[in-house]
Amino acid sequence: MNRRESLKALGLTAISSAVLLEACKPGALKTDKAADEKAAAQPGREAFEVERDNALNAAKFFNAHEMATIAILSDIIIPKDGKSGSATDAKVPEFIEFIVKDIPDHQIPMRGGLKWLDIQCLNRFQQTFKDASEKQRIEMVEDIAYPKKVKPGMQQGAAFFSLMRDLTASGFFTTEMGVKDLGYVGNVPNKWMGVPADVLKQYGMENV
Amino acid sequence: MNEFQIKKSDVEYDAIIVGSGAGGGMSGYVLAHAGQKVLMLEAGAYFDPRLDAQQLKWPWESPRRGAGTVRPFGDFDAAYGGWELDGEPYTQKNNSEFAWFRSRMLGGRTNHWGRISLRMGPEDFKCKDGLTDNWPITYEEIKPFYDKVDRLIGIYGTVEGIESEPDGIFMAPPKPRLNELFIKKAAKKNGVTVIPGRGSVLTEALPNNKDRAPCFYCGQCGRSCKVYGDFSSSSCLVIPAVKTGNLTVITNAMVREVLTDKAGLATGVSYVDKTTMEEHQVRGKVIILGASACESARLLLNSKSVAHPNGLANNSNVVGKYLHDSTGASLSGFLPQLMDRKRYNEDGVGSVHIYSPWWLDNKKLDFPRGYHIEYGGGLHMPGYGFGGGIENMNGAVPARDGKMKEAGGYGIGLKDDYRRFFGTQVGMAGRGTAIARESNYCEIDPKVVDKYGIPVLRFNYKWAVEEVKQAKHMQETFQEMMHTMGAIVTSKVHGAEDNYGLEAPGKIIHEVGTVRMGDDPKKSALNKWCQAHDCKNLFVVDAAPFVQQGDKNATWTILALSMRTAEYILAEKKKLNLS
Repeated sequence: MNRRESLKALGLTAISSAVLLEACKPGALKTDKAADEKAAAQPGREAFEVERDNALNAAKFFNAHEMATIAILSDIIIPKDGKSGSATDAKVPEFIEFIVKDIPDHQIPMRGGLKWLDIQCLNRFQQTFKDASEKQRIEMVEDIAYPKKVKPGMQQGAAFFSLMRDLTASGFFTTEMGVKDLGYVGNVPNKWMGVPADVLKQYGMENV
Repeated sequence: MNEFQIKKSDVEYDAIIVGSGAGGGMSGYVLAHAGQKVLMLEAGAYFDPRLDAQQLKWPWESPRRGAGTVRPFGDFDAAYGGWELDGEPYTQKNNSEFAWFRSRMLGGRTNHWGRISLRMGPEDFKCKDGLTDNWPITYEEIKPFYDKVDRLIGIYGTVEGIESEPDGIFMAPPKPRLNELFIKKAAKKNGVTVIPGRGSVLTEALPNNKDRAPCFYCGQCGRSCKVYGDFSSSSCLVIPAVKTGNLTVITNAMVREVLTDKAGLATGVSYVDKTTMEEHQVRGKVIILGASACESARLLLNSKSVAHPNGLANNSNVVGKYLHDSTGASLSGFLPQLMDRKRYNEDGVGSVHIYSPWWLDNKKLDFPRGYHIEYGGGLHMPGYGFGGGIENMNGAVPARDGKMKEAGGYGIGLKDDYRRFFGTQVGMAGRGTAIARESNYCEIDPKVVDKYGIPVLRFNYKWAVEEVKQAKHMQETFQEMMHTMGAIVTSKVHGAEDNYGLEAPGKIIHEVGTVRMGDDPKKSALNKWCQAHDCKNLFVVDAAPFVQQGDKNATWTILALSMRTAEYILAEKKKLNLS
């Protein structure tokens, strides 16, 4: 997607103007200008990329109810365990808020999926997903968490839950907490000497 | 003062080079080191990997965690540009789907490329099946330049003695990763040749070079390298050439046309300064185009004059024709036996560790020529998309308790699955020879201009049965190998309905052939020195001169040809055949 398309898709030219107006209020100008200058000086990034990121960060997509629902869902998908914290500990909902602005194709499936979930819960429990009891939420999730055995009428919910699961995994395992949890130990200068001897032995690959 | 004034420079350069990628960079390097006063025009921004590389950044340092929203190969990838550029469209003819990747930056696409550095073989230059036109040069003629490129830039690999995959002057290759050992083992059983990779990454110190440090194995060549441990034209050619004091680089200079005099000789170029939108004209004794295969063709076709009414260097009418990109198809999956594997740093180099050269005899096959295979996988840094489609993995293998699990899920068990599958992935991608055809071409769209008012390219490209059959063979080979090593395929298995996953032309970013060389001026635009038949002080040094690409990536051949052309220019100047 090129710059103009992506800005247009998000209506961000209008939002940028709003940000500029906000910046012109007394007292706000100085800090915002300093932030702009800092942003513009990012090495290796084109000016339009910095401008686009700033516009995305200034925009808001999900409302408070949607964000609260996303937070509950993300912690159901990736809870705290003995090894690391939960999705919300890793600020997964904030990542999802950003990524749907960045990749507008996610917007309708996410917004519509959340609405689908609430309507299901209202019909079943007379409560939205967020306001349903923990037991009711799990009952609902059980119906949409397994895409290969999903019942008729639940497929749309399963598609939404799969997207939510993917975004939660992306958001969690790309944080410092998530990378540590996985045990990824690269991204540091080193000397690659090949697969360690004990690992070669484990897989019988000594002579390959 | 007239605001539409064209700014004309009084300086006449010994040479003007359009473009700073592999071709432009190499000719600039050779000419500047020989004392020529050279001007290089680059359509994009200044880029120095030392300062601008996103190398060693963590995924959380990108708000999109490295997603490819703005940069097609991810947020940390080095390329400024992509398949679409704002304000610089291209169009299609007859439902073509040609995808044109442009990097607008110093060094061009060499900043992010895969560094897989391959020589074309004797039969790639002079074919034995009679199916395609021959190059006007042989492998033996270009070999000394491949050798010099190897020594100048540095390349790892092993001497294998495979005729179609000529050996170079190699540094030690990186050892295979664990998943690559599984591939090697399976390939042997299936009769597929696997050799160590060949890449322009310094696995050893480069002799007589103090500007570049050896690789420190972060596996991130695509981000470009701050210590210049791999080949980018910016770090290895252009910036060193500027240091000679003989090369001037102007960035954000989008060249509009090549200017010629009444006699038809090139006198300079006109360009628009993208930052001010001002028009400039600069003069040079020799004009060298290294703008990329399609951009150089566009430039020639847009350079019409009384002496060159069909566009410059186009009396033959071949400019734009014979466009061809490598074929490409891929398959990916995971190795269940690698679940719960021990963690260690397996980043390795950012190019390939192992490689399959074409291994079969076409006499027994229903398609001509062949393809090579590149392999992927390993314990790589997580990024956007990590764990995506887990429901295609965690329902396919037994859980820790030995029982099958329902695919998908949530909670503590799912969280554990993400850990278990980390580093189990394996991928295979074929890159093959596409036949150069007159009917596949780019031309000037008669109606459309870009935001600088420059007429744009229109593409006409169709794959033929030869390429489709090759893709089918790739898919069959990959599936057999996956099966042999016990991998579970997770990507879509392509069939006849979608041409066996054959990528749209342009997607492999090996497009070549649009200003081809040849001995016959009626059938080619350039002679065997990449010098225009119709304009002796005009040269093309990118992939446009390729007559027929082999199943090898183009960069090493671009570098060798450009070096050869630059040395020819110097020799011709000495003989006073060029001024």
